[in-house]
Amino acid sequence: MKRTARRLVIDRIACTGHGLCAELFPEQLALDDWGYPIQSPGPIAGGDTRHAQRAVAACPALAMRLEAARG
Amino acid sequence: MITDIRTPQPTPGRGRAGRPSLEGAHGERLLAGWSRTGAPTELPEHLDRHGPVPSFTAHDGEHPLIEEIARAGLAGRGGAGFPTAKKLRAVAGAKRTDRVVVANGMESEPASAKDKTLLRLAPQLVLDGIVLAADAVGARQAHLCVAPDTGLDQRLRELVAERRALGIDPIEITVRTPPHHYVSSESSALVNWLGGGEAKPTTTPPRTAERGVGGLPTLVDNVETLAHVALIARYGADWFRERGTAESPGTTLVTLTGAVAEPGVYEIEYGTSVHDILELAHPVGDAQAVLVGGYFGTWLPAAEAAALEYSAAGLASAGASSGAGVLAVLPPHACVLAETARILEYLGAQSSRQCGPCLFGLPATAGDFAQVAFGQPDREGTERLERRVELLLGRGACKHPDGAARLAASALRTFAPHVRRHLKWGPCPAAVDARPLLPTPAETIKDGDWR
Ligand SMILES: Cc1cc2nc3c(=O)[nH]c(=O)nc-3n(C[C@H](O)[C@H](O)[C@H](O)COP(=O)(O)O)c2cc1C
Ligand code: SF4
Ligand code: SF4
Repeated sequence: MKRTARRLVIDRIACTGHGLCAELFPEQLALDDWGYPIQSPGPIAGGDTRHAQRAVAACPALAMRLEAARG
Repeated sequence: MITDIRTPQPTPGRGRAGRPSLEGAHGERLLAGWSRTGAPTELPEHLDRHGPVPSFTAHDGEHPLIEEIARAGLAGRGGAGFPTAKKLRAVAGAKRTDRVVVANGMESEPASAKDKTLLRLAPQLVLDGIVLAADAVGARQAHLCVAPDTGLDQRLRELVAERRALGIDPIEITVRTPPHHYVSSESSALVNWLGGGEAKPTTTPPRTAERGVGGLPTLVDNVETLAHVALIARYGADWFRERGTAESPGTTLVTLTGAVAEPGVYEIEYGTSVHDILELAHPVGDAQAVLVGGYFGTWLPAAEAAALEYSAAGLASAGASSGAGVLAVLPPHACVLAETARILEYLGAQSSRQCGPCLFGLPATAGDFAQVAFGQPDREGTERLERRVELLLGRGACKHPDGAARLAASALRTFAPHVRRHLKWGPCPAAVDARPLLPTPAETIKDGDWR
């Protein structure tokens, strides 16, 4: 059975720029000059799901969640 | 700020059947009264021209007004051009049945005057549109938001009271004056303030159609959009479509500003060429460039802009959109980079400072841009600028950084040769000595200023 694709959503107001997420999920996240995440577009590749989940769980600001990818 | 309007000379006259005609001398609809009499339209004249607010009887399924608006193809006039019927449907279909309508008359765009002008010259159409939209979505509460520094609120309260005394409005319209900053008029910011919070944008989802003022499903529409609703409710979709193009039907308000002899607000038909629109305001000298849309807009070389059809599709063909309806003409002795740098600095200062990429990224981008416009040549700084402009996209809770990025990118792209000139020789003479063209009110927003 094919799993539905998911994407990472960042609440930009909640995010305090700890930058932890980019370490845990480098496949899709990098940091800007001030430590805020830059997200590459698109759904999470199947093999990266665990890294994405780890980043979501570790965010001290609870600023990230996973959603069903649209379309 | 432009507060006065100079539409083409009023020509008094009456239309067929002795009724005041529906359109002005130049096809104006919203400003027909002004066009005919040269004065703001009072209630008796409004009722004489348009008759009472139509009422809609019980219906199964979709509200007939929403159906009519969908057929009319009305798109929002607040900047994003979203189909109005879709927004109405979302609120009308919400689970909670206690709903709210918010009319956005804040017009935070410093170069724009269309909403203030509409509220001054044809306020009855906006008030009609509010009660009609409330009927369509099933709202019992309606707020009309205007900026506190315009003096419009007092007058509008009197008009609301006058209508109430005559029993025109089935629900109460409250006139409100939220704090006036560039982003305080974004829909979630208005909704948050009306619900007792700060006038700062909030995270979406939830969308205001699901959870708006006080947690209730809320429709936020621009005041011009609502004025068109008042006309569509009376004259129908086919009439509405008699002007404009198939995909951008109807007329719309534009603010013509910059190097024009008669700056002001004009009502035009979609499908008119940008050249013909600008002619209304009598451009002075050879224009160099046109800013299309406002401070979230797009700079285009004057000749390219002039040739475009003013419609969603026509402007999109050049990567532009009508945005807040501003067309600003840049004269020959002016520097597009200097103008853009000042606007970016203004937009940076207007951030609600909630999202890192906007709080830090926007002022830094503005600083890099100012260096290109006014500073010493620095190729490294220019490369950093291009990277930072990219990084403003899609990284805020609202579209404020995206709008600023769009403006910055269009200046760098459209005027690449001029950028190279600055990089080689330093600021051009116009950057140093030309008078600033577009308004960028200096304001330091303090923490308490969002209440
Ligand atoms: C930063 C920002 C500022 C805005 N300011 C205004 C404004 O002053 N007036 C307005 O009508 N819409 C403004 N908007 C758009 C509103 O959020 C909203 O989309 C609009 O009022 C909806 O009306 P419409 O569908 O009738 O266009 C702004 C949006 C953003 C992102
Ligand atoms: S870990 Fe959370 S708070 Fe920190 S940068 Fe990532 S999203 Fe933002
Ligand atoms: S993007 Fe900027 S203006 Fe919009 S909510 Fe975030 S900080 Fe405020």
